[in-house]
Amino acid sequence: MSLAELICPAGTPAALRTAVDAGADAVYCGFQDATNARNFPGLNFTPDELAEAVAYAHARATKVLLALNTYPPAGKVDLWRHAADTGARLGVDAFIVADMGVADYIARTHPQMRLHLSVQAAASSPEAIRYYCESFGVKRVVLPRILTIPEIRQIRGEIPCEIETFIFGNHGLMVEGRCSLTNYLTGQSTNMDGVCSPAEQVDYARHADGSMSSRLAGFTIDCFGPEEKAGYPTICKGRYTAPHRPEGYYAFEEPVSLNLSRLLPELIEAGVHAFKIEGRQRSKSYVRGVVRAFRQAVDDIRAGREANIADLVALTEGQKQTQGAFETKKWR
Amino acid sequence: MAVITMTKLTLGPIACHWSAETRRDFYARIADEAPVDEVYLGEVICSKRAPFHEPDLPQTIARLERAGKRVIVSTLAEVMLRRERKATADLAAMDAPEIEINNAAGLYARGSRPHRIGPFMNAYNEATIAWMAGQGATHICLPAELPGEAIAIAAAAARDLGLGVEVQVFGRASLAVSARCYHARAHGRTKDNCQFVCESDPDGMPLRTRDDAPILRVNGIQTQSESYVDLLPETPRLVADGVTHLRLMPQVVDMVAVAEVFRDLLEGRLSSVTEGDARLAALCEGTEFSNGFYHGTAGYRRIARAATA
Repeated sequence: MSLAELICPAGTPAALRTAVDAGADAVYCGFQDATNARNFPGLNFTPDELAEAVAYAHARATKVLLALNTYPPAGKVDLWRHAADTGARLGVDAFIVADMGVADYIARTHPQMRLHLSVQAAASSPEAIRYYCESFGVKRVVLPRILTIPEIRQIRGEIPCEIETFIFGNHGLMVEGRCSLTNYLTGQSTNMDGVCSPAEQVDYARHADGSMSSRLAGFTIDCFGPEEKAGYPTICKGRYTAPHRPEGYYAFEEPVSLNLSRLLPELIEAGVHAFKIEGRQRSKSYVRGVVRAFRQAVDDIRAGREANIADLVALTEGQKQTQGAFETKKWR
Repeated sequence: MAVITMTKLTLGPIACHWSAETRRDFYARIADEAPVDEVYLGEVICSKRAPFHEPDLPQTIARLERAGKRVIVSTLAEVMLRRERKATADLAAMDAPEIEINNAAGLYARGSRPHRIGPFMNAYNEATIAWMAGQGATHICLPAELPGEAIAIAAAAARDLGLGVEVQVFGRASLAVSARCYHARAHGRTKDNCQFVCESDPDGMPLRTRDDAPILRVNGIQTQSESYVDLLPETPRLVADGVTHLRLMPQVVDMVAVAEVFRDLLEGRLSSVTEGDARLAALCEGTEFSNGFYHGTAGYRRIARAATA
């Protein structure tokens, strides 16, 4: 059985302390710039805040993972190099990287630092994962959310590094690190700027019949009837029409959350080393509730007790949830 | 206008599911008539489609090479299933023709033997390009969303390393790939049970917003731009910045005529870029053009041409 570490989101210093106190084995966070894939206003850490966060976490035996998981455009690589230098100086426990140039820089300049391969690198086969392990000494891969449990078990047997999978939170549909949808509509890039469906380009328009449109950069991503709750206009969760779908349908995915609670024992048995809870943009209370519940469940499973899975399932009660690709390949 | 004959025109791999017969006719005409220097073949998007046209591959390669074209075979962008891993390893084992790799699984299989880097490999910057060059890459196709100022820096770095540098100048941009097939989903099917419904949309399945604005195109697991990228006006700048190869993506328009417009520009036969753009617009009636990515703004936008002609 794997150790089943819980990797928890820390969008702010307060959220980091909350996650540590709630029982995270490790927290992940980023700087306040394009070097990480949650470059949202009001989130992330200054170097001083990160220094305090590392001290707080290490005093409680919790690791800090620094996300440097975007792709620098040519001419701007120094921002990522400086972020890595700063992270190494402040004593973070690992870097989460995607870009080969960034990985190569860290492997050469900070060879003592542990590298995790971000989901943004989209390594979904044993060969791709081995490429990063052999090239840069990657010690852990964060698997894309597109694999079934038997496929994860198979990969586990064919790679020389640890596996981390997402277990809870936002359910991304596109292969991460290969999506330019936001840049196509807004001019801000998920890969280069760390931005996805940016809030400052969102607006909601109320129509005379009581319906509501949610828009991104002026494009209608969805329309909601007077009785429907209007959702956030994320491009891959919008409703569109196609020639034979004139009524409008979720062309990519419904606005659901990933919740793999029920599969937790199976995933541990399949050899997954670490479970990632998504949500650096979430509130402290959300982080506290989710981390506590998963802490309890993982401890129960490790101790051979029956985990109270119902509590975890209840975390997304009232919302639509999915087990995505993990449960069945029919998802594809 | 200046004559720029060193620059190569390339034809990218067919992204959508065209029947074997359509492909045979298409490449026969490309071989005979299209003023392109290099042609990329192979299935990049969906491994289920490959068996339909792979048997023709040797003949198509021979036909194009007889016509003086250099042929490169591109590998899958997404590699997850056993058949995808095997297809990638098989291509990586070939000595000829050249291969263009679109997934790190291909890099692993290829080792240090020479190869090209495809647009799905995320070669965004000079550090990554230098790493790839050190591992045997001879040529880099830059990501479609890279802005012009970064292209110039990446091209200079690649040139210093002796690599070819390619930029897509025509056709729909790839915006995303997924494990899920959105063509199958639109028809209430799954990827395993798709019945190749994507073949009915040779230029992608159009998605419109619910207030009826065109927005995206679906091609199986791939999402593409609704607009065609058109960097004809930016081509003199791209060439001046060191881009060595200009990629035209095959769409359901007269691709020979499209190639002729770009060739005429490179060889100084256009009176103005405006004339070339007007010819392209006539060839692609009903489709908007865009160049926003190049100009560092929303990709769908068409930024008015600067006075480069």
